[in-house]
Amino acid sequence: MAAEENGVWGLVEVFVSGLQDGKAAELATGTQVKAGNCTVLQVVEALGSYLANSEPRTRGRGVQLLSQVLLQCYPRLTQKEVEVLVLFYENRLKDHHLITPHVLQGLKALSMCETLPQGLAVSILKAIFQEVHVQSLMQVDRHIVYTIITNFMRTREEELKSLAADFTFGFIQVMDGEKDPRNLLVAFQIVRDIIVKSYSLGPFVEELFEVTSCYFPIDFTPPPNDPHGITREDLIVSLRAVLASTPSFAEFLLPLLIEKMDSDVQSAKVDSLQTLNASCAIYGQKELKEFLSSLWSSIRREVFQTASERIETEGLSALHTLCQSLSRSVVGSDGEDLLDSFLNCVLQDCKHHLCEPDMKLVWPSAKLLQAAAGASYRSCYKITTSILPLLLEQYNQHTQSSQRRTIVEMLLGFLKLQGKWIHEEEDENALTGFKDCLCTVMYSALTDPNVQLQLVGIKALTALGSLQGLLSTSDMELVVDHLYRLIVEKDAQNHLAAMEASGSLARMYPSAFASRLVPKLSEKLQTDQMEPSQSSLRQRCLRALSAVSTHPCIVRETVPLLLRYLQHVQKGSILCAEGMISVCQSLHLLAMQCQQDTESLWYYHQTVIPCLLALAVQAALQETQTQAESPVLLDESVLTAMVPVISAACSHLSPELVTPSVSQVVGLFLHGDVSFLPENSFPRRFQPFQGGESEEKQRQLVALLMAFVCPLQRNVEIPELDYLLLELLTLSTSSRCPFAYTSASKCFAGLVNKCPAGEQLDEVLCSVMERIESGLVDGFDRTRVLTLLLWVTKALVLRYHPLNTQLTDKLISLLTDWELGPAAADGFFLLVSDTPDVLNKACHADVRIMFRQRFFTENVPKLVQSFHAADEDKKPNYLKALSHVLNSLPKQVLMPELPSLLSLLLEALSCPDRVVQLSTLTCLEPLLLDASQILSLHMDTLVMKLLSLTCSPAMAVRIAALQCVHALTRLPLHVLLPYKMQVIRALAKPLDDKKRLVRKEAVTARGEWFLLGSPGS
Amino acid sequence: MVGGNQLENANPLIYQRSGDRQVTAQDEDEDIPDKIDDREIFDLIRSINDPEHPLSLEELNVVEQVRVKVNDDESTVAVEFTPTIPHCSMATLIGLSIKVKLLRSLPERFKVDVHITPGTHASEHAVNKQLADKERVAAALENSHLLEVVNQCLSARS
Repeated sequence: MAAEENGVWGLVEVFVSGLQDGKAAELATGTQVKAGNCTVLQVVEALGSYLANSEPRTRGRGVQLLSQVLLQCYPRLTQKEVEVLVLFYENRLKDHHLITPHVLQGLKALSMCETLPQGLAVSILKAIFQEVHVQSLMQVDRHIVYTIITNFMRTREEELKSLAADFTFGFIQVMDGEKDPRNLLVAFQIVRDIIVKSYSLGPFVEELFEVTSCYFPIDFTPPPNDPHGITREDLIVSLRAVLASTPSFAEFLLPLLIEKMDSDVQSAKVDSLQTLNASCAIYGQKELKEFLSSLWSSIRREVFQTASERIETEGLSALHTLCQSLSRSVVGSDGEDLLDSFLNCVLQDCKHHLCEPDMKLVWPSAKLLQAAAGASYRSCYKITTSILPLLLEQYNQHTQSSQRRTIVEMLLGFLKLQGKWIHEEEDENALTGFKDCLCTVMYSALTDPNVQLQLVGIKALTALGSLQGLLSTSDMELVVDHLYRLIVEKDAQNHLAAMEASGSLARMYPSAFASRLVPKLSEKLQTDQMEPSQSSLRQRCLRALSAVSTHPCIVRETVPLLLRYLQHVQKGSILCAEGMISVCQSLHLLAMQCQQDTESLWYYHQTVIPCLLALAVQAALQETQTQAESPVLLDESVLTAMVPVISAACSHLSPELVTPSVSQVVGLFLHGDVSFLPENSFPRRFQPFQGGESEEKQRQLVALLMAFVCPLQRNVEIPELDYLLLELLTLSTSSRCPFAYTSASKCFAGLVNKCPAGEQLDEVLCSVMERIESGLVDGFDRTRVLTLLLWVTKALVLRYHPLNTQLTDKLISLLTDWELGPAAADGFFLLVSDTPDVLNKACHADVRIMFRQRFFTENVPKLVQSFHAADEDKKPNYLKALSHVLNSLPKQVLMPELPSLLSLLLEALSCPDRVVQLSTLTCLEPLLLDASQILSLHMDTLVMKLLSLTCSPAMAVRIAALQCVHALTRLPLHVLLPYKMQVIRALAKPLDDKKRLVRKEAVTARGEWFLLGSPGS
Repeated sequence: MVGGNQLENANPLIYQRSGDRQVTAQDEDEDIPDKIDDREIFDLIRSINDPEHPLSLEELNVVEQVRVKVNDDESTVAVEFTPTIPHCSMATLIGLSIKVKLLRSLPERFKVDVHITPGTHASEHAVNKQLADKERVAAALENSHLLEVVNQCLSARS
């Protein structure tokens, strides 16, 4: 023990006398006390003489040591020790100024003590407030004072509150004049806590406001490479939290904000408006009353005059909050409704601008009124009832379409706001009285020849119709008639908008649409079919039928109608593929709309699939004399259009519902079981897999099988899967028709992708591998086998199946193949892109996240390596494969890899293949925007190659090259300036390009280059 | 004279912007040359910003497509612009912006003529003379303050 005691004495002496920090001693002492080798008391005893030394520097060292020990071991102090230490430290505060920082350190340690006796917190704070002039300390030491206060506020709230307003006053003195952003953040937090935790402010409200508001608006730019990471935004937010924390500040804050809003600095305006917004949210009538008129004129001025959208948005949002606060407050006993008089003010200043629909201020005024109206039911009611009659009258006074359009657009804005309140107070609707006038105006807009006016009219009518319970049945019938006219009218330009409107209104008024619009459209569809000039009208009707099917009861009308029409077309009255394709497109749209609605979707599934299959089988079995005479329905484009129709009917149904029809459809294709098809008396048996080569027509229908089985959810069991897979495999390598064997490969891949891992899958894959290996040797099958290989590889790459590496390597090796090389290179596009019909998320395929990244990291090194080893004439294949892979990747992933690939990309720019050039350019463009650092090292090459590509014979390449030259301007200025003149001169040539689209890009690029390093840009 | 931050014409008439030019099948055909036409020239200048409003020259109706005449074969362009008010002090600046934009965007073979629509400005003649004088235009662009304003008018709207 004695030895240890000596040890302590020794360490203390070393520390105090050694004027440079004896780190070892310091730590040793701290850790020794912590480890229990000596007590704080012993340290104090050992320090004894030093603490009383007459030399302030030595006393300082003594106190410093003690404070550091305390900081290490404050949790172990007893209550008694704490009491003594507090007394000692409080006294030391009166000591020499050199010592103060160390004393504060010690107090900070003590402030964290849980054993600090009652009352001492107050006494410490009092001592600090009294003895220390905080703002003459260093930043670190000031920070300690704030920390002490924060600590006490956290643990001794009750005690501090007993100090009443003295505490607040003390703190005001502490922070008065603070300049360091780090400290300000803490200080703002303390002020906020003082207010939020309701410490007494006493008479010091204004002082507290002054001491914080003097920083408003915050003007602070962090130094470059600031290690503390405090941003201007941090300070703004924390100051705003203080200023907008209490209504007591209102009388000081509001005049300040009004003044700062007039500032010339944009950011100050924005900050003022945002702070106003935040503080209005907690203010009531009492606080706002006095300032309402000045607030309004400031907000109005900002919104009217500003050039910046940001300020406008903030201004509107401040007005919105202001009105909300006014609406919230209870009307005073004197009966004066501030909201009412405020809105009167707003109306008075804005209303007359609405009468000048050509002038600049019309929109700011409308926006202000709408912001106010959006605040509450009361304000909405008041503004609407006052504005609507005016706008309706204005509509009739102005006869020009463009003016009318502005008026209807404003009406639309006000109508949209109604929806917000209409559910709350159903008894009194601001619009009821104007319904008829509104309808008249809308109808007049819908019949106007001006397309823009019509369009707004349609939108406004939709908004009007969506307001529950406003329009009667007879109104709706009139609306439907107008929409019908807009859809079928000759040269109708707004038919799409009219269809969209019908779709959304049909949800609310299904009977009106089912009884009026659907029969009329159907009738239109039947008449004048023979004329080819009517084809656009037919398409419009078909599309409208699907667009309006947003309610189950309409779906039941439209689906049979469309199917009947399809049969009608098939029977041969019109022999054109486009007709069928547009019916299919319309059916597909319809299916997409009812995807969420099980009832409609189930009806659709049951009705559409048997009908389409029956039609297709019928067509495939028809006897024809020659191959050329094959039915239109078997046209590849028609079958392709049918695929999404069937897929959409299957992908979203639950397994229980869909299982029976799965076995029916699989039975149809494997065994020719046609029993579930309507009108199933066919001349021959349907045998797509057995038919042999003479039955290519039947084989094509595999596409429909694919459309049915591939999008099913993964838990739907497919009967006879092994047999089916085997048949598909055979078909994919034996058929001669590209459409048939590609569909078979896709269907096979789609199924393999979903097969659960296990023996069954391994066997299937084994046989595929064999087939591929042998097929690639043989001369006839090679293209077919490549197709199969591509699709199977894709299926496995998507699900991370271990075999995918082997298959991809096979593909890479095929790049050098004299016959299949280019096709294999294009195949890489297939591997990494999304396919619309199979193997995508909508088909419930097993797609792992980031499969592209994985594919990239696994295969790009191989491609690069083989590229360098390849013969000169094979290199384009590699570049093409590479650029497909690179193009598919998000640029964030590409960025780290760029340095290693950049030389390759630059080489690819000189590759004569246009596809490679184009995809390399599209790959480079986003990189130019982000990876400026790396690219700026290669400026010479980059500029030269890009400029030479601007004269490429291919238009798309020229455009892409010019876009890259434009993107170059985002690089750092000093990198660009040496090339400025060269680029501007070189771009003069594409300005005279023969194609307009190229000239346009050249103009944009050259304009930007001119602005580089020029004043005002 | 109006106050410092007051605008000369605070509530001007606003005109509708024409949409982007529709790309036709002919535009995308590699082999067919497209001649430079009025609309193309108009597209170059319609998005120039007004020096005092956050609006484009098209929205203020300062430029209109009917007042643009181009002859690709003879390599001439003539543009008339209409100041919003007859005493607009910005007229020269607007003209200069149009001129600079065209000089930067058209092939060198073109002769560019920019002038005020007859009868729409008090000092029409003087402004036209300034704009037609090559040397004065060049000298104006040497002035970094003027160049700054012109560049601001020509910058893409942020």
